[in-house]
Amino acid sequence: MNILKFLVSVTFLIYCFSSDLKAKNLEIEITKNLRCLICQGQSVYDSDSEFANSVKILVEKKLNEGLDEKQIYAYLKNKYGDWILYDPGFSKNTYFLWLLPILMFVFGGAIILKKVILKKKKL
Amino acid sequence: MKTKIFSLFLIFTFSIIFFVFYKGLQNTNIYTPETKSEIKIPNFETKEFFSKDKINSDQIFIGSDYYLLNIWASWCVPCKEEHKYLMDLSKKENIKIIGQNYKDNFDNAKNFLINLDNPYDLIFFDNDGTIAIEWGAYGVPETFLIKNNLIIKKIIGPLNEKLLSEIKELTQ
Repeated sequence: MNILKFLVSVTFLIYCFSSDLKAKNLEIEITKNLRCLICQGQSVYDSDSEFANSVKILVEKKLNEGLDEKQIYAYLKNKYGDWILYDPGFSKNTYFLWLLPILMFVFGGAIILKKVILKKKKL
Repeated sequence: MKTKIFSLFLIFTFSIIFFVFYKGLQNTNIYTPETKSEIKIPNFETKEFFSKDKINSDQIFIGSDYYLLNIWASWCVPCKEEHKYLMDLSKKENIKIIGQNYKDNFDNAKNFLINLDNPYDLIFFDNDGTIAIEWGAYGVPETFLIKNNLIIKKIIGPLNEKLLSEIKELTQ
């Protein structure tokens, strides 16, 4: 009987610990996707500035309030604009950003193709 | 002749580079993309500075008056520089100045107000800085002009003569 009690308490502890860890992981993941706006080239997770520390606390608070990842991004985007997200969504402000690599790929491909064809013709 | 032209060219290039970088040094390094100009003010609960009573944001920003929210801290040097402009604005009747005490020590903040005078109609605490994030602020000092629960102007960094006259014009 004692062994059973022990096992139950251990599994309970592991469960608590793992769910706590899960929440912490999500918090880390979210703060890694946020740009620290006052320090250049750092995420909120990496930075130790006053701004980043406050954002970390806020993200933790919002997670405790039951907001999910997307809602937190939307919340911060509303306050600071797309710039705070490292992965801005596809919107009318960002479609150029998203389409530029494809455009470059197509144009580059076209140039190469043209050159190859020209070379073949010469041969 | 050739070397002379070359050295002149070199000096010219370097002075341009120097000028560009020197100018760039003075610019603020916070990149702020345009956001929607009139944002609704956030809702939050905090404590009043002197009484330590709980207070909600809708008890602070009431009606259609002009409110100037100023985020400050006693440890922030530019806050001292902009203090005189806040004192100037506190003489204006139609504008209420609200102070948000950002990540500060109470005694230091109180001494700051005793030494430099208190321009604020009301001060509340922001001990962990999360209320500043709710405002969409970057740090201290930062100032928001509010009317009808909307942010009509946001000033990042300390106030100056130009901004002061701008605020006065907006609140005419």
